[in-house]
Amino acid sequence: MNSVFETLLYAALAGAIIGAAIWLFRKMFLRSKISGSGLGAERMPAWADAVLVPLISLILAAILSALVIIGIGEDPVAAFTLMVDGALMRSSGWGYTLYYATNFIFTGLAVAVAFHARLFNIGGEGQAMLGGLGVALVCLYIPWPHWSLALLGSAVGAATFGALWALIPAWLQARRGSHIVITTIMFNFIAAAVLNYVLVNLLRPPRSMDPATARFPEATHLPTFSDMFSTAETAMFRGAPANVTFFIAVLACVAVWVLLWHTRLGYQIRAFGHSESAAKYAGISPVRITVVAMLISGGLAGLMALNTTQGEAERLVMNATEGAGFIGIAVALMGRSHPFGVFLAAILFGFLYQGGAELALWTNIPRELIVVIQALVILFTGALDNMVRMPLERVFMAFRRKEG
Amino acid sequence: MDLNTILQILDSTVRLATPLLLACLAGLFSERAGIFDIGLEGKMLAAAFFAAAFASVTGSVWIGVLAGIGASLVLSAIHGLASITFRGNQLISGVAINFLASGMTVLIAQDMFEQGGRTPSLMAGGRFEPITLPFAESLQAVPVLGPIYHDLISGHSALVYVAFLMVPLSWWVLFRTRFGLRLRAVGENPAAVDTAGVSVIGLRFAAVAICGVLCGIAGAYLATGLQAGFVREMTAGRGFIALAALIFAKWRPWYALYACLLFGLLQAVALRYQNIDLGVFVLPVQFMDALPYILTVVILAGFVGRAIPPRAGGEPYVKER
Repeated sequence: MNSVFETLLYAALAGAIIGAAIWLFRKMFLRSKISGSGLGAERMPAWADAVLVPLISLILAAILSALVIIGIGEDPVAAFTLMVDGALMRSSGWGYTLYYATNFIFTGLAVAVAFHARLFNIGGEGQAMLGGLGVALVCLYIPWPHWSLALLGSAVGAATFGALWALIPAWLQARRGSHIVITTIMFNFIAAAVLNYVLVNLLRPPRSMDPATARFPEATHLPTFSDMFSTAETAMFRGAPANVTFFIAVLACVAVWVLLWHTRLGYQIRAFGHSESAAKYAGISPVRITVVAMLISGGLAGLMALNTTQGEAERLVMNATEGAGFIGIAVALMGRSHPFGVFLAAILFGFLYQGGAELALWTNIPRELIVVIQALVILFTGALDNMVRMPLERVFMAFRRKEG
Repeated sequence: MDLNTILQILDSTVRLATPLLLACLAGLFSERAGIFDIGLEGKMLAAAFFAAAFASVTGSVWIGVLAGIGASLVLSAIHGLASITFRGNQLISGVAINFLASGMTVLIAQDMFEQGGRTPSLMAGGRFEPITLPFAESLQAVPVLGPIYHDLISGHSALVYVAFLMVPLSWWVLFRTRFGLRLRAVGENPAAVDTAGVSVIGLRFAAVAICGVLCGIAGAYLATGLQAGFVREMTAGRGFIALAALIFAKWRPWYALYACLLFGLLQAVALRYQNIDLGVFVLPVQFMDALPYILTVVILAGFVGRAIPPRAGGEPYVKER
């Protein structure tokens, strides 16, 4: 029973830390109100909207996931303990968790920025694929003297390619009214075909059977956490793929926060998202905001490739994105489209991914369990949001009536 | 290219178009009623797995089809609950359903059969056998028409004929019945339907349920007709091609048939020829794979025949208070 107690302790601790962090953040930046249903904000205090609703959704998703694990004849408590042990109790586990989290921060921010302009960018996957192509071209064809310069160059390449891949759907939405969800889905498939063609026919080294580029030159290899934090006595993050890109992701969170709440452009994006007609009346061009928001979104999704392509694989392979573009949707919903929320949700999903890999290694639970959890999180925080919100609002209204 | 090759390609076109057509008609009912559905892929996948699993365990393909329809209906119910009852975002709900199906099928398949997320290959009785239409053998000797009748029209499994019969049936239901009129009205102007005293919620749930049944048949065909058994991710984007076909057809049943046959032909050609040498330049196979999506974007862009979706699509209906 010791493990049950330990698990509960971890869960409570993690919940408390996340809750406290969000609460503090909300206290500090109350005016940066997070988008939600306009009615909910009046009926519920802001902290409940930002913390309670996602937390309850997460608990519902966790309960259902536990039922799924019981359904396939495994022990959910043991599974959770194994996930925590594998993902958070060793520095190498953290190295994997943060590696996955880096991907999800970028794609989560990409979806979040588009959400603020009331655009649903489901094409993060394709934009990240093209971002990988940008990274590969920059790393392979420019002789870089040092990794730091190479990182700057490939960041420009990744963001440019990702943004350009989002440009056509954005322009079609803004000018022709073509539904951006459908066009970005189609562009995901087109991106896969483009990448397939480029890797098989153009960038594959001669006499190689593998549809992948040649290895990037030594000078472009990014320092991993293991290079950065290991001392002569203790090896840290041994073998883990987390690398310097993680800090770029953190910077991107800050940059998006500044952009959205402290610049004119961010204000315009949010105004457009709240009410298109009001934004138009205020002289904000819908075409410009749609295109600019999608370019930023696509650029952020493209930046993800820095981590997978330059940081980890050190060459461009097929399917380098591994579905991270889609997980961005779950991350943005969970994080309520706020950069800080996205950061926390990305760490949570990083933990789930690393923990899921451990489960697949040591138990009969396949990795696909994570896909199920991801689906449940999207379902509860995104589609069934009102199911959680409506009863909560009623509870708060009842309290308020007693006071007044 | 002789007649035989052409017939072989067309034959495989019909097979490949069948799941697209069923899924496309499924989406047609849902979207005509104002419920966007990007979860076609997930419903087909779930149906494919449960059809194969039940057919494999019971040895009866028809029980498999029923199980597939049941699985698809469960996902439809979730979609309806999220997008009609709780007025959630229909697109996000669709994304969630796709992931749910993608994860659960492998999870259950691994638990039930322990073959790496697939079902055992289906034996005779557990899968659909080709049906030979009357006189197909005796007429085969007739030049041109004989082989066309024997190879192209005859010799498919039952669900292929079901799919093609669904086209006139869908047209009739949608455009010649009161139910169809109301269903289309609810996708254009739900307030008007509500004013007439007809339940918007009821109609939309009915549409979502029809969508579930058709997706169920589509998935069951994949696992028990087109192939013999379930493998992970076996829908391979067909749900999205069906969605593309739906836009291409501008939400109309007969055009859906043509669009699905066109996309089926593209798949059949890409399957048979890797790269197509046009003399001047070579069309890579990846281009053929991407062509349905490119065509859809072009249509959506409205440069060639603009596609206008049902007006109330994607918006939850809120009764005036």
